[in-house]
Amino acid sequence: MMRANKQKTEIRRVLSVIVTNEDGVLSRISGLFAGRGYNIDSLTVAPVPETDFSRLTIVTCGNERVLEQIVKQLHKLIPTYKVIESGEFVEKEMALVKIPLNEDFNGLDAMLKAYNGTIANSGADFIVVMVADNAKRIDNFLQAIKKYNPTDMVRSGSVAMDV
Amino acid sequence: MDLNGSQMVIEALRRENVSVVFGYPGGAIMNVYDEVYKQNYFEHILTRHEQAAIHAADGYARASGDVGVAFVTSGPGFTNAVTGLANAYIDSIPMVVISGQVPISMIGTDAFQEIDAVGISRPCVKHNYLVKDAKDLPRILKEAFYIARSGRPGPVHVDIPKDVTAQVAKFSYPEKITMRTYKPTYKGNSRQIKKVVDAIANSNRPILYVGGGAVNSGASELVREFAKMTGIPAVETLMARGVLGDKNPLLMGMVGMHGCYSANMAMSEADLMIAFGPRFDDRVTGKLSEFAKHAKVIHVDIDPSSIGKIVDIDFPIVGDLKNVLIDMMPLAKDKIDSNKYQAWRDLLQRYDEIHPLEYSDDKGNIKPQWVIQRVGETLGEKAIISTDVGQHQMWTAQFYPFDRPRQFITSGGLGTMGFGFPAAIGVKKAKPEKISINITGDGSILMNIQELMTAYESKIPVINIILNNGYLGMVRQWQTFFYDKRYASTDLSNAQPDFVKLAESFGGLGFRVETKEEFDRALNEAVKSNVVCMIDVNVDRLEDVLPMVPAGGTLYNMILEYKG
Repeated sequence: MMRANKQKTEIRRVLSVIVTNEDGVLSRISGLFAGRGYNIDSLTVAPVPETDFSRLTIVTCGNERVLEQIVKQLHKLIPTYKVIESGEFVEKEMALVKIPLNEDFNGLDAMLKAYNGTIANSGADFIVVMVADNAKRIDNFLQAIKKYNPTDMVRSGSVAMDV
Repeated sequence: MDLNGSQMVIEALRRENVSVVFGYPGGAIMNVYDEVYKQNYFEHILTRHEQAAIHAADGYARASGDVGVAFVTSGPGFTNAVTGLANAYIDSIPMVVISGQVPISMIGTDAFQEIDAVGISRPCVKHNYLVKDAKDLPRILKEAFYIARSGRPGPVHVDIPKDVTAQVAKFSYPEKITMRTYKPTYKGNSRQIKKVVDAIANSNRPILYVGGGAVNSGASELVREFAKMTGIPAVETLMARGVLGDKNPLLMGMVGMHGCYSANMAMSEADLMIAFGPRFDDRVTGKLSEFAKHAKVIHVDIDPSSIGKIVDIDFPIVGDLKNVLIDMMPLAKDKIDSNKYQAWRDLLQRYDEIHPLEYSDDKGNIKPQWVIQRVGETLGEKAIISTDVGQHQMWTAQFYPFDRPRQFITSGGLGTMGFGFPAAIGVKKAKPEKISINITGDGSILMNIQELMTAYESKIPVINIILNNGYLGMVRQWQTFFYDKRYASTDLSNAQPDFVKLAESFGGLGFRVETKEEFDRALNEAVKSNVVCMIDVNVDRLEDVLPMVPAGGTLYNMILEYKG
C-alpha cells in the first residue's frame, strides 16, 4: 500500500535552489530536468544580492519518489550549494495583463486591490495592469480578468523565500 | 611561477602523480602536445581512435584505482570520446579527460572542428569545465582530479580553448582543496548504523547484496570479514565480481539476469537485504514489484541519490562503505550470531545443488564456457580479465574464478561493445606484472580493432581471446527466445576477417583454434610471446547464456534450460 501511494499521487512543490553563479549552471539544471524526464512548471533565476550565488525558484510536480530524486539530483550537481524544499515559503508570482481602453473598467480597481495589483503602464488605447500573488491566486486572477477581454497576458513564474 | 596553459596542464599532471596519459593529438590541442613532447614526467600512449583513448584511461583506472587521464582534440576528437565518458560515468570510474577547443574568440562561430563540447558532455560526466582564462586553470585542474576521485567517483571533462593553452598566467597549484558546494559524506550516521545492526540481528534470512561501490570504496577485505563473522550469505553484481572471492563458501554467485539460481533465489526469499554499494540496476532487480518482496532493505551508498531511486529503502546509510563497515564491525560482533542463519545457508546451498551454474561440455565443439574456465585454470590470479559486451561477457562473469576486486574489467552500466581491447591496454599499463586478457566476441572485437596498432607500437602485450560463434550472440539469443528465431542482422558467419592474418598485419601474433589442445597451445604461446595476440576460437555457434531472467521478469522465475 505504502509503495503504491508513494508512486501515484502527484504533488506540486516549490524548490529554492542556491547555486554558484557561474557559466552553464542553468543548463546543468534544465538539462537535469529534461534528461531525467522531470516537470518544470516554472523557473526563475536571479543573483543573490552581495554574494556569488544565484537563486533558482523551481516549481515542479511529481510523485513522492520523483520529488525526492529531483532534490537529490539537484544536490548532486557540483555547483549546488543548497536545496530548500521544506518549511514555509512566502511564494509570489507576478502577472502583467494588457487591456484595451475601450473596455468598461467597472470593478477593475477592486479586483486589482484584492490581488496586490496596480496599473503598471498605459498607452493611447490600452492599459497594462500588474498583480503579485501566489501562483494559485494568479490562476484565479487571470480567469477573472478575462471579462475585460485582455489582449496579452504574461506571468513571471514563482519566486519564493523561506521564512 | 608563470606558465602558459599547456605547461600548466603538464605541471598539474605531474603533481597529481599521473604516470600515463592516453590520447590523440589534433589542431586545438597541439599546444598541449608540444609540452607533452618536452616533458618526461609521464608516458603518452597514442591510441588509434579517441574512443579507445578514453576506454584505455578507464581500464587503467579500474585496474589501479587511480584517476585515468586522456587528451583529445576539439570537434570530432571530442565527439569520439563521448561514448568513453558515458561508459565511465555510469560505472563510476575516476577519470580526467582534457579536450582542446577552438580559441575563445571563435567559440560560437561554427569554426573548423568546433563543437559545444561541455554541452555534449554534461549528462555524461560527473562535472565539466570550459576554461576561459589560464589563471583559472590550476584551480580547475585541481578540482577536476579531486572531484573525479572523491565521493562517488566519475569522469571529469576539462575543455580548454587553444588560446588559453598558450596564455601565460601565474601558476600556483593548490595543495588542498575545499569546495563550498561539494562535500561528500564519508562517515555513516552512527545511530542509523546501530539500528541496522539490530535489524540484522533480528532477521532470519539476511542476504548481502554487494555492488561496485564495494570496489570503489576499497572495502573488499572488510566485506569478506563482515560476511565471515556474521555468516551471512552474499551475492555479487557484475561490477562487484571478485569482492568476496571465488572460493568463498558464503558467495552464492552473481545476481541478476544471468546470475546464479541460488543467488537470485536468495534475493527473492530473503527477509533482509543488506545492500553494500549497488545501484539496483534493472538487470539485477527484474520486475520491481516482485523484487525482494519479503525483505526489508538496508542500503549503504556514498551517493544519496542512489538511495531510494529504484526501491524504497527501510534503512538508508549515506557514507563510504569502508567507514561504515569499520563502525559496524564491533557492534555486529556483539549482536549477530552466525549460527542463527544456518538453516538459511543450508537452504541456499540446496538451491545451488539443484541448479548449479553449469554447461554441458562437448567433445567435438569447443564450448565458450570451457574456454573461460580453461583460462581461469591456467592463469587464475595472474591475469586481469577485460571483456567486451555480450554473451562472452556474461560467461566470463559466470565462469572465471575471480579472486579479488579489480580483476574483472567490464563495461557494466552502458554495455559498450569495443570497450574490452582498449581497456585491456590500460590495464596492462596499470599492472604490467599481470597478464592482460581481453575476452571478446567476433562482433565486439571489430569495434576497436585499430588498437592492434597501439598495442604493437607501444609494446603492450594484450591477449585477445575471441569466442567466435559467427553471431552477434547475445542479440541472436534474444531473437531465438523472444523473436521466433528471426535472426535479423546478427549472422556474421558469411563475412569475417581472417583474424590471424589481421593480427599479423599489425605486427602481432594470431592463432586459429578448433580444438581444446590447440587452445592450450595457443594460450601458452601467447603468454610467452610478449606481443599483442589474437586467439580466434571457433566455439559452439548456438550456445546460450543460461540461466536467464527475461527483461522485466522475476528473479525467482528463471529460464534454466532452453527448450526450442
